[in-house]
Amino acid sequence: MELQVIWFFLWGLLWAAFFMTDGFDLGVGTLYPFLGRDETDKRKMINAIGPLWDGNEVWLITAGGVTFAAFPLVYATMFSSLYTPLMFILFGLIIRGVSFEFRGLSESALWKKTWDVSIFVGSFVPALLFGVAFANIFMGLPIDGKGILHGNLLTLLNPYGIMGGLLFVLLFMQHGALWLCIRTGEDLQVRAIRTVRMLWPIVLVVLAVFVVASAFYTDLFANYLATPILFAVPVLAVCAFIGVRILLGKARYFAAWGMSAAGIVATTFFGVIGLFPNLFPSSLDPAYSLSAMNASSSPLTLTIMLWVVAFLVPLVIAYQAWAYYTFRFKVEKEDFTY
Amino acid sequence: MHRSLSLEGGDAMDVVLLSRLQFAATTMFHFLFVPLTLGLSILVAWMETRYARTGDETYLRMTKFWGKLFLINFAVGVVTGITLEFQFGTNWSQYSAYVGDIFGSLLAIEATAAFFLESTFIGIWIFGWKRLSAKVHAGVMWMVAIAGNVSAIWILIANAWMQHPVGYTLRESFGGQRAEITDFMAVITQKFAWLTIMHTLAASIVLACFFVMGISAWHLLKKQHEEIFTRSFRMALVPGLIFSLFVAIQGDFHAVDVAHTQPAKMAAMEFHWETQPSAPSYVFAWPDPEGEKNSIEIGRIPGLLSFLIHHDFSTPVIGLKDIPKDERPPIALVGMAFRVMVGLGAYFIFACALGFFFRNRLMEKPWYLKMMLFSIPLPYIATQAGWLVTEVGRQPWIVYGLMKTTDAVSPVSGGQVLTSLIAFVVVYGLLGLAGFTMIAKKAMKGPDLPKAEA
Repeated sequence: MELQVIWFFLWGLLWAAFFMTDGFDLGVGTLYPFLGRDETDKRKMINAIGPLWDGNEVWLITAGGVTFAAFPLVYATMFSSLYTPLMFILFGLIIRGVSFEFRGLSESALWKKTWDVSIFVGSFVPALLFGVAFANIFMGLPIDGKGILHGNLLTLLNPYGIMGGLLFVLLFMQHGALWLCIRTGEDLQVRAIRTVRMLWPIVLVVLAVFVVASAFYTDLFANYLATPILFAVPVLAVCAFIGVRILLGKARYFAAWGMSAAGIVATTFFGVIGLFPNLFPSSLDPAYSLSAMNASSSPLTLTIMLWVVAFLVPLVIAYQAWAYYTFRFKVEKEDFTY
Repeated sequence: MHRSLSLEGGDAMDVVLLSRLQFAATTMFHFLFVPLTLGLSILVAWMETRYARTGDETYLRMTKFWGKLFLINFAVGVVTGITLEFQFGTNWSQYSAYVGDIFGSLLAIEATAAFFLESTFIGIWIFGWKRLSAKVHAGVMWMVAIAGNVSAIWILIANAWMQHPVGYTLRESFGGQRAEITDFMAVITQKFAWLTIMHTLAASIVLACFFVMGISAWHLLKKQHEEIFTRSFRMALVPGLIFSLFVAIQGDFHAVDVAHTQPAKMAAMEFHWETQPSAPSYVFAWPDPEGEKNSIEIGRIPGLLSFLIHHDFSTPVIGLKDIPKDERPPIALVGMAFRVMVGLGAYFIFACALGFFFRNRLMEKPWYLKMMLFSIPLPYIATQAGWLVTEVGRQPWIVYGLMKTTDAVSPVSGGQVLTSLIAFVVVYGLLGLAGFTMIAKKAMKGPDLPKAEA
């Protein structure tokens, strides 16, 4: 029982860690065609995320793996019923992943253009679809007792789902632009700052609309009404995003990026707390919902995995922190690797 | 309540077939890049260590040249690996629900213990040339090499559990039966797993050594960059010889174990129908599964199979006829793939031994260099064949003896799987084309000139 609860929140935390880290890579990729005006800008953007995106993406693999290990029924049902959107995400991540390495291998204009498009599509599509998928999970999907989805890709593209997608894209773009404020200088940095200024009010409005819409489309607020102290989490999210703007005004970019990271984690947890104990609610009948209680692994597996995670994740955080620290400097032309 | 669903309609067989094709295509494509990543990472780390110790510029140029080829290969390997982590859920949801308690944990541990390390440190290695000292930078490459190989170890432990499930019990939970872990140490220490691990990791080193020797041979044939490529060739020759010998000897132990744990696979590997004493082995055969015999048998060696498995010419070996028809793997494919693997394995030993005699006069043996150049694809064929023996030989089971592949698929439509399968073939085809073209292009371009001449 306690194990299942711990794993539920660890599950949420791993997804939050993925959105917080790879979120800025996906954001930079989405901004790439807009801020990367010439070859130098483009290469600066790629080099700004180049050393880190791969390690960041492993948070996704770990979140997926932990879903498999701790909640096999959720892994089985979620990924098979979200088959088509997940395939789009995977293909997006595949073409994005090779783009950084491939782009620099030839000077042909067509070759470069191909990978430029791939970087954008491979960043924008996963960002959008992760938002669509999670909004639909918050809302509940038409899953029957056998775990079969009664619907298709269009079922997911409902107003609330699209709003979730839009929110994720905006959050990641802001997060990415803040990262560029840290790692680039001169003209590109100026444009990145301007981008955050422009995006920031839109992010806040869409976030507010999403939270309000959640009251109508989902049951997320039931847990909040039962335990009002939990409202602190969405409030924290809003405070973090306000902090982003204040710190940006003071030119404290790293702190502003940190606030954005905290805001993304709090936004994710706004949903995760509302879902509890469900991981994959059914909109057909609550009896079909998959929860931490009726879809978990055995206590022995949950215990083993808890030890594994308790030992290894702090280690991962430590060496990733070293990587971030090593690559904190502003990217200059002579640093170009790609 | 969420499991043991039966698929409605006539779609079911198509979904099974299409899902198998998709899994085979994506796994085998991924495995085109994995062995080189595993083996070459070690060679590059070794080259860089020599540079860090001696300060010899040639080693630095070697590191950068082979490192670049490594990175192109690595990029395709990584992105195609991501798909696999999710495909169990998308396409094999009933399997996932049945084994997640054990198999899912192993995949999650792989990501946390190894893949994180590999992915974080590769980024540091690529971008850290000016930021880190030579020694730390070489150390970072060692982390990449170790993490990559540890990653493979966890994946193979998970695969070994599908081949030979241990340390579990079948239990009713949440309205359906599933396998649950009872003895974690038994799962991660089982003999089958470690035999597979040693075989695969050693074969990966052989593949990387042939890759390095083959490309070096091309430059030596053109009489360019002689210093770098003679050194590279020799650096790959010794581990190539040692590990091709190791793969063969260790493979024998592996086969003996398979004969005991998976008699159907062994019988298919050997086209062996009748349970009989003095069981024979054939150089070549072709099965007639309907008639339960071989339609072609060439080079019959009586008693050899008995001897290989039991180290005694007379002990009987179980034949396919004693295995129910619906529990036999596709015999022709498994048997042929096994012959290809073993034949090539023998060739690798021969080729490396030959090279060892010529090691100090490589330039005088252009025919040998040419032979090594054209040998580059052979370890690729051998490792793919080995994978086919392992995976096709396990059929019709997805978990040997526990769950049939036909019972493991997701309740998705054939149309969905067909669409994604076509997309994978197209996207991976283009990626493979681009990847191998670029590797060839950069390999032929050769290393950058030394600083003094640049």
